[in-house]
Amino acid sequence: MKRHTLATLAAVATALSLGACSSAVKLDDPAPVDDRNAAAGAAGAGGANGSARPVPGSDRPVAQVDLQPSKDPLNDPASPLAKRSVYFDFDSFSIRDDFRPVVDAHARYLVGNKTRRVVVQGNTDERGSREYNLALGQKRSEAVRRALTSLGVADTQIEAVSLGEEKPRATGTDEASFAENRRADIVYQ
Amino acid sequence: MRRLHRLVPLFLGLVAATASAQMRIDVSGVGATQLPIAIAGFEGRAPQDVAAVVRSDLARSGAFRVIDTQQTVSDTAPVDFASLRSRGAETFVAGSVARLADGRYDVRYRLHDAVKQQPISGESLVAPEADLRLAGHRIADAIIEKLTGEKGIFSTRIAFVSKQGNRYRLNVADWDGENVQSPLVSPEPIISPSWSPDGGRLAYVSFEQKKPVVYVHTLATGQRTAVANFRGSNSAPAWSPDGRTLAVALTLNGLSQIYLINAADGANARRLTTSNAIDTEPVFAPDGKTLYFTSDRGGSPQIYRIPVSGGDATRVTFGSSYNVSPRVSPDGQRLAFLTRRDGRFLVGLKDLAGGNESVLTDGGAEESPSFAPNGRWIMYATQSGGRDTLMAISVDGRVRQRLTSTLGDIREPAWGPFSN
Repeated sequence: MKRHTLATLAAVATALSLGACSSAVKLDDPAPVDDRNAAAGAAGAGGANGSARPVPGSDRPVAQVDLQPSKDPLNDPASPLAKRSVYFDFDSFSIRDDFRPVVDAHARYLVGNKTRRVVVQGNTDERGSREYNLALGQKRSEAVRRALTSLGVADTQIEAVSLGEEKPRATGTDEASFAENRRADIVYQ
Repeated sequence: MRRLHRLVPLFLGLVAATASAQMRIDVSGVGATQLPIAIAGFEGRAPQDVAAVVRSDLARSGAFRVIDTQQTVSDTAPVDFASLRSRGAETFVAGSVARLADGRYDVRYRLHDAVKQQPISGESLVAPEADLRLAGHRIADAIIEKLTGEKGIFSTRIAFVSKQGNRYRLNVADWDGENVQSPLVSPEPIISPSWSPDGGRLAYVSFEQKKPVVYVHTLATGQRTAVANFRGSNSAPAWSPDGRTLAVALTLNGLSQIYLINAADGANARRLTTSNAIDTEPVFAPDGKTLYFTSDRGGSPQIYRIPVSGGDATRVTFGSSYNVSPRVSPDGQRLAFLTRRDGRFLVGLKDLAGGNESVLTDGGAEESPSFAPNGRWIMYATQSGGRDTLMAISVDGRVRQRLTSTLGDIREPAWGPFSN
């Protein structure tokens, strides 16, 4: 249930981000600057006398340097890499089929970007022993680490750690909150 | 535990309740036998009512019915035994507090047998003003030991963690929750405090580096050493009885496994358990030769034991599909642990020789049991009114003390050793 809500939110967030991207493209378009210069020239030519001369000091060209936004897909909200959380079923430590694409996307990225490092943080719900939960969280982060390694990511690029029940994303005591906290997060360093 | 059924009618209300700036203790239940003891006010002026500390300690123990004589009697004054006997007192304490030339205080008491009408014992303690409460705790320790043979825990300290908003504190307090001090304050979680056998250091797990790392912290100086900061997670520190070795859970080969490291500097890490499962929560038996730990190698989390020198692990608990957090009693005879029964988390107790497993508590959200150094009490974390609180229960299940705090949620109790 909770996951559906999250998925919907993610979709909304993606849509919003895409909207932001299209306006960003307009800002990068050099055309309006050229138009303004042309309009200034036309106004001079249409003046009262025909002996137009260049306005003193008008020859002041400005060259534009366009710093493109990073092409790193890690920063692209539309990329599957934008998903950084892998959820687990109750009492389970295997990666569900619906989160395979997330793990695959990060594996491809890390294989292609050998200098990038991630910490995989395992989490659990709050029930029971804190130390045993810490070990269970490690079991989740370790499952993600092994999946990434099996897809070719170098061991040195990944550290699997556990936060146990200590850093809950959801603080309720209902099943939806517990499910939200049965999670491993891929955190880029 | 059979006595548990008789616990409810024994909730006679508050035997003693005190409030301090930061902590509050409510006591319910009474011991199997209660010695009637009269305690007079101590003669002399002092910034701390020492007799009140003695009364409070003995009342909270559940082993005494404390009679306040409502009068001040010096340790050297003649005793009106007839009056004490008429009020049901079998023993009587009188005392005095006198300020010395150097600013310290001389605290004296005398314990009398009111039936035989003769003195039993007495002592003179010299304490600076800041330690007048401690002097009271020491007197209560001496009295309970003299009268019951049981070593008192009134001068011991506890460690616990509090969380208020996003602020975590590692705290040290007197056993009664007074005199709270915070050796560590952090924006990140702190768990699993563990006292060194000499009471001078605490090992714990801090998440200040965005992952669990084990530190050893010297209380007197504040000096901290990250003794286990390996790749992966580092947790569950437990001291060997000689204070030289720490058992910790490390994840160097994937899942948590138990390693031994030097307590001083974390050097010389050697792996003790080898399983394809989770091994964590190590704790040394008092003889230093056996280690108890939690493992799910059999499919469900259970408590196992293994020789510290290495070898095969033997399963210890059976009565539930979730038995974790082992703690061995100071005499090595019993095991306290966390057990899940019908979805509720409770403190279990097991007789290591006889094999019986019983359930000691009935809260349902219990965690982190910790034995008092005399083995007569177990402190644990639980919840009350939506907040984390601490409880202490006598191992016979008869007396309970609830500690609540203005420090917010309080959890992860660790009862410190006897101090000299």
